[in-house]
Amino acid sequence: MAERSYTSREELDQYGFHPGVTIMAPVVCILLQAMLPKTFPWLLHLDLPLIATIFFAVSRRSPIAGTVTGTLIGLFQDGLTNHPFGVEGIAKGVVGYVAASLGFAVDIENVINRVALVFTLSLCQSGLLYLIAHWLLGQTSYQLLPVDELVSAVANSVVAIPVFYVLDRFRIRD
Amino acid sequence: MRGGSPASPAAEFIAPLLHGTHTGKECLPGLGLLTMESFFTRFKNPLVLIAIVLLQVIALAMQVQRPAKDPDAPTGAAAMESEGAAPDGREVSLLRRWTVTAVTPLEAAVQISSSRVRGVWDDYVNLRQTRQQNAALKDEVARLREEEASFAEDAAQGRRLQRLLAFREQYALANVAAQVIGTSGSERSHVLYLDKGSADGLKPDQPVITPDGVVGKIRDVFPHTSQLLLINDPSSGAGVILAATRIRAIVRGTATGEVQIDDLTADSRIKVGEPVITSGGDLVFPRGLPVGTIQSIAPDPLHQPYTAITIKPAADLNRLEEVLVITATSATLPPTAAQDAATAEATAETNQRAADLVAGKLPSLQPSASASAASGTVNSAAGTAAAGNGASGSGAGTTQPAPDDPESQIGGLPGITNSGLPRPKPALHLDRFSPGATPPAVEMTPGGPPRSPGSAQRQTSPGQQPDQQR
Repeated sequence: MAERSYTSREELDQYGFHPGVTIMAPVVCILLQAMLPKTFPWLLHLDLPLIATIFFAVSRRSPIAGTVTGTLIGLFQDGLTNHPFGVEGIAKGVVGYVAASLGFAVDIENVINRVALVFTLSLCQSGLLYLIAHWLLGQTSYQLLPVDELVSAVANSVVAIPVFYVLDRFRIRD
Repeated sequence: MRGGSPASPAAEFIAPLLHGTHTGKECLPGLGLLTMESFFTRFKNPLVLIAIVLLQVIALAMQVQRPAKDPDAPTGAAAMESEGAAPDGREVSLLRRWTVTAVTPLEAAVQISSSRVRGVWDDYVNLRQTRQQNAALKDEVARLREEEASFAEDAAQGRRLQRLLAFREQYALANVAAQVIGTSGSERSHVLYLDKGSADGLKPDQPVITPDGVVGKIRDVFPHTSQLLLINDPSSGAGVILAATRIRAIVRGTATGEVQIDDLTADSRIKVGEPVITSGGDLVFPRGLPVGTIQSIAPDPLHQPYTAITIKPAADLNRLEEVLVITATSATLPPTAAQDAATAEATAETNQRAADLVAGKLPSLQPSASASAASGTVNSAAGTAAAGNGASGSGAGTTQPAPDDPESQIGGLPGITNSGLPRPKPALHLDRFSPGATPPAVEMTPGGPPRSPGSAQRQTSPGQQPDQQR
């Protein structure tokens, strides 16, 4: 009789990363995000750090790790803007948590699922940023621009496919 | 108690929910402790999320409550900007400095590397082109063309630098040229990073310009880097004047990255294409720098009755490479401008002298010497002549230019030294409102009957003093 092992899906699909990759991948994403729009202004619609946050969250399948990773990446981004620290930190922390939680429920290896996840979470982040600006900071001039947010979400979803593909190479099964 | 008493319905209900491996009876002895432990174990993930978010919310509140207090900050600028434009507090500034210090060296290195790679690539492309030319043309022709291309490049560069230098001399006493090395990377934050910092003399609130126009101002300064807040950031603001109508206003950035004036009501004088320049009222930007031109004028649906006047920035804010930071301005004009002003003043003086000479030769505009000499005295002879023809209607005690005098005919009121004004025609029928018909106040009796113009004229007949009449 074949031996059966009862392993949860979380344990089956959980991946780890080399510490160098864990640090360098978000840093490279933030650097590219800061430098590329200087030459190509339209790339400001992209959010490479968001893609990195989602990737690490769904790969590790740990909501706590996803929250911490997202928060750190977001705080790093806040440091480069003129916003107070915490705006991107809160948004990306929540996104990391949700991404890791959704990672249990859906097959993240599927490209369509990946695109849908990034699209949804990109819109989710826009909504969170709007709420933070309006409710926490009282910035009434901050507007939610539906068309721009949709364009950003689509752009992030498209770019996420090759980025996920590249980062998949650095995964280590725990 | 263990297994002794039955579990309470609440404990039976909660225990399996909190910990799957425990039964209700096992949970009973330390129900409170186990419940708490199970609660934290089960809700570990959301609790961590809530804790992290809460910490950041508190941090946000502290940052918003404690903005940097700079006593030297200009009040005019502070009034038209929001929190995002002000430098950070000490603790926040430290965090931001760490972040920027970590990122900007990499950005600068990438910038330099990319420039070199671009140069090598250009060299490679040029070399290939040169080889193709060499294959097609003689060596001498190829060399000359290469030299020509090189000279053209040098000339273009020279023209660009000359233009930059001329601009520097025109507007500011001292400035620092800086290169853009990075952006904020956020669509909502229109911030750029420059490769010059406090070590180069940069300070917060210094204006940043290009030869085309205003770009923004320095928001935060680090030792070798600084943060440039563009004028299209929502937290940015600047005092401006509409060049044609001279209307003062405040430009602000919008969420979509546009530059708008939103504090003016509808005005038909404001037209699309009108240039907009800095007013100097914000105490940040020097007066007269070009900001842009009016691109569109539309009613602002959110802030009626104001209009949303969109400005097309004079400088291309999306493609900035090199900028000038004005580090010092002067109340006095720079040497070149002072020389120009002195020349203009001398020219104006010369022109004024020439105009006076011309005016002196024009009889119509020159007061007569006799009138000037006799000003304030009674000219009996002239007065007699005037009374004789009855046309001038001038009264006694006033200067009487001769009616035949062409100077008195062309300009000046009757009886008054030629002022250059057109002279009114003589009245056909004199009344008490006619010039000179009213007798002097010293001759009038309070409550006395009104006198006819004729009597007034009689009383003021030449050669007769009022006292003699009485």
